Amino acid sequence: MPDLAGELIRGETVLLKTFFLGIVLGLAAAAGALYAIPVVDQVREASIVKVTPNGGNSETFHINVPMDRIVLGDAGQAGAVPPGLKWPTDEVLANVRAELFKIRNARDAVVGVAVRAAATSQENSVIDWVLHLPARGSLFVNMDVAPLEGGFRIGEIASGSREFAPLSGFMTERWIQNDSNEEDAPAGRIELSATYVGQLDPLETAETVE
Amino acid sequence: MKYVVSLLLGLVIGAALFVAGLLFNPFIANRGLSPLSVTDAEVITLNFANVPAESIAYTNDGESLHDPYPEKVLQLWEAPIRSTSAMATVMRDARNQVAGIGVKFSSDSESTRLLKGQAIVDSVWYVYLPEHGSLFIQQTENYFPFVREVAFPAWRSSANSWRGSWLGDLTAGPGALGTAAVTGGSGRVKGLRMEGVESMSVSAFSADIGLVSSEGRLMIEMPENLEEINE
Repeated sequence: MPDLAGELIRGETVLLKTFFLGIVLGLAAAAGALYAIPVVDQVREASIVKVTPNGGNSETFHINVPMDRIVLGDAGQAGAVPPGLKWPTDEVLANVRAELFKIRNARDAVVGVAVRAAATSQENSVIDWVLHLPARGSLFVNMDVAPLEGGFRIGEIASGSREFAPLSGFMTERWIQNDSNEEDAPAGRIELSATYVGQLDPLETAETVE
Repeated sequence: MKYVVSLLLGLVIGAALFVAGLLFNPFIANRGLSPLSVTDAEVITLNFANVPAESIAYTNDGESLHDPYPEKVLQLWEAPIRSTSAMATVMRDARNQVAGIGVKFSSDSESTRLLKGQAIVDSVWYVYLPEHGSLFIQQTENYFPFVREVAFPAWRSSANSWRGSWLGDLTAGPGALGTAAVTGGSGRVKGLRMEGVESMSVSAFSADIGLVSSEGRLMIEMPENLEEINE
């Protein structure tokens, strides 16, 4: 006579074992997936960096105006961007103007975002830039307020993050008017040219002696 | 067939157990007290609105949790900036008076390691304070405690929302003590290297629209010998 009860128990045991095996595999698969698959994978545009003759590297960015302007906030200006922007009217910020832009590389591809802040006061006028390139890092540039001959402004790289952290150097800004009559052409562009200089590492003692 | 179903059921439960283990892992603890809360040096405290609709402007790729504000603001849809958000906001001092303007850029970081309890965001602040000058703050932020204690309970709730009181430091580096690197660009703080911490308090969050009631705070520790430096 067949042992039906025994077969039933054996079948349930195998079922239970398969279930527990599934749990272990599920745990391992979830851990493996989290370890192997990057949660964040930033899209990178290849950097277009030139080596300058007297050392360092240079890179040029530009902003097509008005297409790349995200925000234009200025207490004394009627044409705020975007429409509906409520720029604070407090006395403290009366002479402060801030603009947020998308920034493009030399191939005209958007690679990051930037803020240009300008403030005027009797003691201390300021023009600052912060460039944020998500895949690379950020740059903080404090510009000289007075423009140079040719309409340039120049400023020192005061700080940077990630890729730019060990670099110093300077950046220039320049407004280039667009004289073409093309229908959808920008009014002009702001050209930003950054020159990076790496940190100088002191020589080892042995090398110094040699 | 029943064995395949049993295996699949086990796989799903296993994966769910892993996620639960990750979220309730007691070894992933909040860092607790900020190092700047016990400093003797002068600290600049700046409060700001964290809810996009309460800021001056906020934008992202237009498909994220928070809607851009104002409605017609340019969106960051291009591939290299799709995981980036930008916010301009009013900075208020400890007496709730307008102290300046702040712009924050945040990007999801490739150094995110959920297995280690790190949901990292690389962010920079540009802050202009007429009284002090301009400041550049660069930091890595860890949103894992926020996700675990606010966003996940909101997602799990039948109303898709969370109400309560959550306060936490977001800054996790690059400073050794989990502080942000602060550089002075102009004015009284020109050329100074300082440390800072950003924290966030949340009292209402929705899994559908994001932060409903929240305030952010930046604390910046000035050098102890600031008067000597400025002389």
